[in-house]
Amino acid sequence: MDKTINITLKVWRQKGPKEKGHFETYNLQNISTNMSFLEMLDTLNEQLVAKHEEPVVFDHDCREGICGMCSLYINGHPHGRDSHTTTCQLHMRRFKDGETITIEPWRSAGFPVVRDLMVDRSAYDKIMQAGGYTSIRCGAAQDANALPIPKPDADEAMDAASCIGCGACAAACKNGSAMLFVSAKVSQLALLPQGRVEAARRAKAMVAKMDELGFGNCTNTGACEAECPKGVSIANIARLNREYLKAKLKD
Amino acid sequence: MSSIFQSSIGKKLIMSVSGIFLVLFLLFHMCMNLVAVFSASAYNAVCAFLGTNWYALAGTAVLAFGFLFHIVYAFILTVQNRKARGNDRYAVVDKPANVEWASQNMLVLGAIILIGLGLHLANFWYHMMFAELVEAEGQYGPTEGAQWLSYYLSKWPVAIAYIVWIVALWFHLSHGFWSMLQTIGWNNLVWLDRWKTAAKWYATIVCLGFAIVVLGFAFEVFPLLDNCCSEAAAECATKCADACSCK
Amino acid sequence: MANTIDSKIPQGPLAEKWTNYKAHQRLVNPANKRKLDIIVVGTGLAGASAAATLGEMGFNVLNFCIQDSPRRAHSIAAQGGINAAKNYQNDGDSVYRLFYDTIKGGDYRAREANVYRLAEVSNNIIDQCVAQGVPFAREYGGLLANRSFGGAQVSRTFYAKGQTGQQLLLGAYSSLSKEIKNGTVKLFTRREMLDLVIIDGRARGIIVRNLITGAIERYFAHAVVIGTGGYGNTYFLSTNAMGSNGSAAMQIYRKGAYFANPCYCQIHPTCIPVHGDIQSKLTLMSESLRNDGRIWVPKKKEDAEAIRAGKKTANDIPDEDRDFYLERRYPAFGNLVPRDVASRAAKERCDAGFGVNETGLAVFLDFKYAIQRLGEDRVRERYGNLFEMYEKIMAQNPYKTPMMIFPAIHYTMGGIWVDYELQTSIPGLFCIGEANFSDHGANRLGASALMQGLADGYFVLPYTIQNYLADQIQVPRIPTDAPEFDAAEKAVKDKIAKIMSIQGKRSVDSIHKELGHIMWEYVGMGRTKEGLTNALAKLKEIKKEFWSNVYVPGKADDLNTELEKALRLSDFIDTGYLIAIDALNREESCGGHFREEYQTQDGEALRRDDLYSYVSCWRYQGEDQDPELLKEPLDYEFTERKTRNYKE
Repeated sequence: MDKTINITLKVWRQKGPKEKGHFETYNLQNISTNMSFLEMLDTLNEQLVAKHEEPVVFDHDCREGICGMCSLYINGHPHGRDSHTTTCQLHMRRFKDGETITIEPWRSAGFPVVRDLMVDRSAYDKIMQAGGYTSIRCGAAQDANALPIPKPDADEAMDAASCIGCGACAAACKNGSAMLFVSAKVSQLALLPQGRVEAARRAKAMVAKMDELGFGNCTNTGACEAECPKGVSIANIARLNREYLKAKLKD
Repeated sequence: MSSIFQSSIGKKLIMSVSGIFLVLFLLFHMCMNLVAVFSASAYNAVCAFLGTNWYALAGTAVLAFGFLFHIVYAFILTVQNRKARGNDRYAVVDKPANVEWASQNMLVLGAIILIGLGLHLANFWYHMMFAELVEAEGQYGPTEGAQWLSYYLSKWPVAIAYIVWIVALWFHLSHGFWSMLQTIGWNNLVWLDRWKTAAKWYATIVCLGFAIVVLGFAFEVFPLLDNCCSEAAAECATKCADACSCK
Repeated sequence: MANTIDSKIPQGPLAEKWTNYKAHQRLVNPANKRKLDIIVVGTGLAGASAAATLGEMGFNVLNFCIQDSPRRAHSIAAQGGINAAKNYQNDGDSVYRLFYDTIKGGDYRAREANVYRLAEVSNNIIDQCVAQGVPFAREYGGLLANRSFGGAQVSRTFYAKGQTGQQLLLGAYSSLSKEIKNGTVKLFTRREMLDLVIIDGRARGIIVRNLITGAIERYFAHAVVIGTGGYGNTYFLSTNAMGSNGSAAMQIYRKGAYFANPCYCQIHPTCIPVHGDIQSKLTLMSESLRNDGRIWVPKKKEDAEAIRAGKKTANDIPDEDRDFYLERRYPAFGNLVPRDVASRAAKERCDAGFGVNETGLAVFLDFKYAIQRLGEDRVRERYGNLFEMYEKIMAQNPYKTPMMIFPAIHYTMGGIWVDYELQTSIPGLFCIGEANFSDHGANRLGASALMQGLADGYFVLPYTIQNYLADQIQVPRIPTDAPEFDAAEKAVKDKIAKIMSIQGKRSVDSIHKELGHIMWEYVGMGRTKEGLTNALAKLKEIKKEFWSNVYVPGKADDLNTELEKALRLSDFIDTGYLIAIDALNREESCGGHFREEYQTQDGEALRRDDLYSYVSCWRYQGEDQDPELLKEPLDYEFTERKTRNYKE
């Protein structure tokens, strides 16, 4: 039952944001197919440490697909080939014996490499700080049921809100565009009455920040949606465009 | 208002609006071409009608600007997007299954269309509109559109180039059509698939329309009702054109 | 420091304590708030909500987290929901009822006044989150929906699909982002707190390590708030995130903050079982699965053995040979008994040799009967995403073959001791959320963790901290080159240098796994005096092994993930010791703490209210000495203590 495979890893190693990176090849023997992908990397790192070499640096935390910390570009796909899966939910049974697996960091000007496979995604935080909120003060809220919200709107807002901020959208986009991320937040709040109040301001501020940070322009390829581990729809991008253009035309 | 066209969405809006213009123009052009399927004289009449009068010229100018914006912004956006991608490229790239090939190759497709456009302008527009403007002399007169069609499309390399062009156009339109609606924000969960289907239909109809004319003239089966190569027909066409022109 | 514990509970009737407190506490005026700095460590539900709210009030907040973004804190992984006494379902809920359920669920080991306040502010939390745009589930009428959860007779749990923690955290994160934009909060990501700085007996700053550059940095504040979560990863395998650690708590414990009730660790019954040695963490399956799934093991040992050997599958066992042990033992509650009871029952069956999976450490959770009763579509509607998650991890289809589950460490009720104001025994040092010990007693009910984290951060700490800061307005900002900062930084650097210099043979993880085995084996679900004594000896050995044989590659002043893990492990080892000492001291069984010597004839927990109705507060006495035990008596003025009974 506990099948094992042998694999070859081609892992991107890079000392720092300004230094030149390269691929390093590692062979791993007897990898249990029940392992998760990150546990396989743990195994690699244990072996490297045993040889007194520096382990491969990669981001990871919750390992249950929700924190958005893991960020590997595996064989040409962010979070690997499977749809609706984060890297930490990917298992080695999805790979064949003898397979070569290429692991790269997110490659986007907005996400500079910090070390090896770890990138700096603080740009997404900055976009959020530009307007991804409702300006309410704690203690000032009215009763939660004072504002009925149609279930379909609430459900659609929830689907947009399920974004985990991992950055796979910008990593998958051939234009390095962060539109899916931005649109998910703008959509969530635009769909709800409590977010409508500042909808115009929010759309303008978040798009301006996104542009300023050097993310690319959306050309509607849909790669972001296809690679999004939470399946956030590009219909949100249409809504962002609408909100933004409406806001700008009003000015 | 000032900064709207400096923003990413604003630039895309320019692509989208100029795209809508071109989409409508292509539909019109295709309908016009189809006239040649049936009658050389009627086609020539259309050619004459769209000759050198102010609204045709104005239309052409607007069209030219639309093209220009579309092309210039395509390059501006592509340059920005390449920069946004960062310096290192992925070593392994694998397109997700449900991403349209066309959507990721719009610039290449656009470039093919642009080359095709050059050919097209040299072949037809130069002879049929430009010549009329500068009163240059050609093998056929500017209003003898059907003759020009026969003349060029009966040459195989030209016909093949046109077919390549039309195929590229199909891919470009199949993405561009719904993409422009998406960009102006005219889309949602329900319409996403509908517009994608509509885009394929539109692209197919327009491209089939163009392709029929090319193939029909290449195999010399068009026009169906009168033979444009016969002297009589040519004469008739000239008369028709004279009658229809608004001189 | 005094030997008596003053919990500063306000006088007066239970329902008026908090109102009275707020009416009489001291406040800081707006002009003075700008002059006061507050450090908040952690950006989970408690930390982010506290930092945001303090920022809104006008304080200068410095907020630290170890991840690359505040949004990644492990609160994000909470699935089920958040309780509140809104009574929107008109099913008789009230603040008192939520208070009572929480006290009872905690096996009468929590402070009445704290829990009542928690229940009181629970309603404000829902209002606050809705105003932030948290997309809670709604009914067709547009109003909020509720679901029921274990340990309650009413439906009071608000939820956002199976991602309630995520949505609440993103709500707090959005408020935090707003305050960062407004300039009241400064955010420091990828920074790990390594020590507390105390000046003249008051908490005045922290020493952190920049995880990217390895640089040691100093930060001053008039008050320090710790919201760094629980210490479940002491057991190596838990449902916590890989980075979750109890180091900040250990650092302040060593500086004099009491550590309360460390032995109360919650073991969640429905986790996906362990598959092998390389396993890095355990995945929780929502407790809601027990609403429709039936838990069983084979009745015959030979069947269990055949399943373990792969000769039989669950579907080969006929109904009459299945032992639905929860339904058998607890006819009234059946599969819906509280977490601690369900976990112990599973362990009992596996210990008796009836466990399944290759390891023998799993029981079945079977949806065959629910599918027969409701149809596959209805089951898919209710649990589809959980079934998918299970299939991804286990490669088995739960619609066709029963799930396998096993208990795992999930939450720690114990933590840093705080008084009613959430202040620790060090003046100016506050502790919020899972990191403190306050509200759950010996066992936490489902959907109460989110409630407590947000209650502390939004509605309690921002008030109570002002009572402390009111007389700090004259204190100027102390420069970080003060000798106390020098000393603290030196201690941190020495510790790091010592770890780097060992250059032994063992990897950090290998020692952590060994620690985890000991903890799970002897300080896990069933504890005995003998086992705990044994564990204490082994933990001393582990400590020695760590400090003499760990190997950390790389440099100290550089990004070094192994060093990060090593520093945390050194604290986990001490935490483990503390858990074991506390478990040994508490000669009773209550909630998450089960001493096998103290059980009823039916194998149920035997609480000893006459002897152990107190909070165990442990005071640090030095590196190689056992801590001193201080007791905060728990007086039950307003509720009557009963034995929990889930049989009838």
